[in-house]
Amino acid sequence: MTTNFILAPVLMHLFTAILLLFFWQKVFVQKVISIVGNSIAFILCLRLFEMTLTNGYLTLQLGGWQAPFGITFMADTLSAIMVLLTALVSLAVGIYSTSSLNISRIKFGYFFIFHFLVMGLLGAFLTGDIFNLYVWFEVVIISSFILLTVGGKKMQMEGAIKYVTMNMLASVIFLTAIGILYGITGTLNIADLAGKVAQVENKGLVTVTSLLFFVGFGIKSAVFPLYFWLPSAYHTPPSAIAAIFGGLLTKMGIYAMLRVFTVVFQPDHFTLTLFSVIAILTLITGALGTINKRSIRRILSYLIVCHIGYLIAGLGLNTELAFVAVIFYLIHDVIVKSNFFMISGIILKMRETVDITRLGSLLKDYPKFSFMVALVLFSLIGIPPLSGFWPKVLLFQETFKQENYVLLAALIVASFVTLFVVIRIWSEAFWKESPKPITEEIDHFRPFSLSGKIALIAPVIGLTAVSLFIGLNANNVFKLAEKAAYEMKHPEIYINNVLSTKE
Amino acid sequence: MERNRNNEKLDKTILRTSANYLLPLLILFSIFLLIRGHYLPGGGFIGGLIASIAFVLHSFAYSPMQTLRMFSIKPFFLIPTGLLVSFLSGLLPVVLGRSFMTGVWFAESVVVIGAFGSALLFDLGVYMVVVGVVLTILFTISENT
Repeated sequence: MTTNFILAPVLMHLFTAILLLFFWQKVFVQKVISIVGNSIAFILCLRLFEMTLTNGYLTLQLGGWQAPFGITFMADTLSAIMVLLTALVSLAVGIYSTSSLNISRIKFGYFFIFHFLVMGLLGAFLTGDIFNLYVWFEVVIISSFILLTVGGKKMQMEGAIKYVTMNMLASVIFLTAIGILYGITGTLNIADLAGKVAQVENKGLVTVTSLLFFVGFGIKSAVFPLYFWLPSAYHTPPSAIAAIFGGLLTKMGIYAMLRVFTVVFQPDHFTLTLFSVIAILTLITGALGTINKRSIRRILSYLIVCHIGYLIAGLGLNTELAFVAVIFYLIHDVIVKSNFFMISGIILKMRETVDITRLGSLLKDYPKFSFMVALVLFSLIGIPPLSGFWPKVLLFQETFKQENYVLLAALIVASFVTLFVVIRIWSEAFWKESPKPITEEIDHFRPFSLSGKIALIAPVIGLTAVSLFIGLNANNVFKLAEKAAYEMKHPEIYINNVLSTKE
Repeated sequence: MERNRNNEKLDKTILRTSANYLLPLLILFSIFLLIRGHYLPGGGFIGGLIASIAFVLHSFAYSPMQTLRMFSIKPFFLIPTGLLVSFLSGLLPVVLGRSFMTGVWFAESVVVIGAFGSALLFDLGVYMVVVGVVLTILFTISENT
């Protein structure tokens, strides 16, 4: 179905950003506009999701130029899921930031850039043109540079420099890969590329190009050899910013991989083996990185790297069931990681530190809050009825079926290390007696106004509820993931839908 | 000291006189480039740059504060206004039931400008954004020094 509606969420965020520029420096108005804009965008994304599920595919030829020549926008089940997740996280983080950020940051245009970032993410998930995908990536990266550096503390700058350098490198590699691809096929439309790439006789060149894409997206999603920028950058910015980075930015790279390696390239045996090896190394290094860290934020950063390994592993298995697991895991991971970064921000407000050796007695002082955090931690590990459990089981099963025992071992090790680390966070920060007495000066959370507290806690409750919902409604989510995986394994549906649409 | 300042005034006489004449000329040229765009070299971005050069020249000849006085609104507000204009030019075809950003043209051409359509509106937005951004940067730097 051709519809302009597919652009509605993207345009809503753009409009909100423009509106915010008119009210530069007016902090309260900015907060109101941001929340209203985010809420409307969320409803639009929900509607888009619903429309995609009922109609199958939504397409739009931008400017009325027909498919291989114009820029196509395209929503299939995978895109719709990503869009909905983005909307959910951006709404939660948007509300959270109204209370957690200090005024000077908001005056620097935090909300304006935030909406640009979300617009870029939504655009990247909806575009059907590989060069356009690059442009959306750039929108996201430029916005994230600004979000990272606003505030300008020394530690922040250090992280930002690594982040900027590595991501610029990734962009260059991505762009080079697009250039080569355009050179050998003469097209940039993802659907059109699929047919043209299959006809190229020089298979070696195609494989090399596909690996260039893998390296480009791999740096952005922090896979094994090039992950080090992530832990050094993600623990520096305020937790609201880290929440949206940790939840969505790396997943954008994974999304691009899923798209490119199902529609454009059909990975051969060599590429799949490479994916598996990279997945194993990512899982192991990420897991090892978490063990000796003391700051919750750093542990979380390494957990992101580690859990990216699960997603790459699924990509390497390349079966329909593995894709189901990947999509399910993606849904779970985006929610839990964003949520946990926000929680770490609240802990920072409560205790002035996120160093687990210096934290303590959170359970005694904040029992309700701790109970909620426990739910999040449990779904992070994958305790049965919660959201992390189902995709892991699927992934283990599929790996076992394919007799890839080394990968299976790595998956299990990563799971156990996650368990170990989470237990450590729980026992040190929540159970242990606080090493120094908690005075009024340390606790910045209690003096908050009621509305401020609600703005901090409500998004966390919301995302925890979503995690619970995913776990308890696993049946429906599984069906959704199955639909997306079916579409990924049958790219011809995607191709036909893009190339046959008429104005 | 006094002599130096007099010299400075003398030095600037030529620049100031020419800037007075160049300012309207450059702005006229920038509008020419804006309208010429789309099919021929030109367009909103280049037009906007030329227009901001006119103001930069003026601020060299006089002072940034005097240039700023020529604006009834802060140049910063040109940025969101321009973005809004471009945004609405993209939405215009949606209202008419076509794809986003489709070029919509008036059937009859306008005097001097020629064919008038949403593309020109988009370029106008870009023009305003560029002028807004360059002038904001310029005035921010000069305020700090």
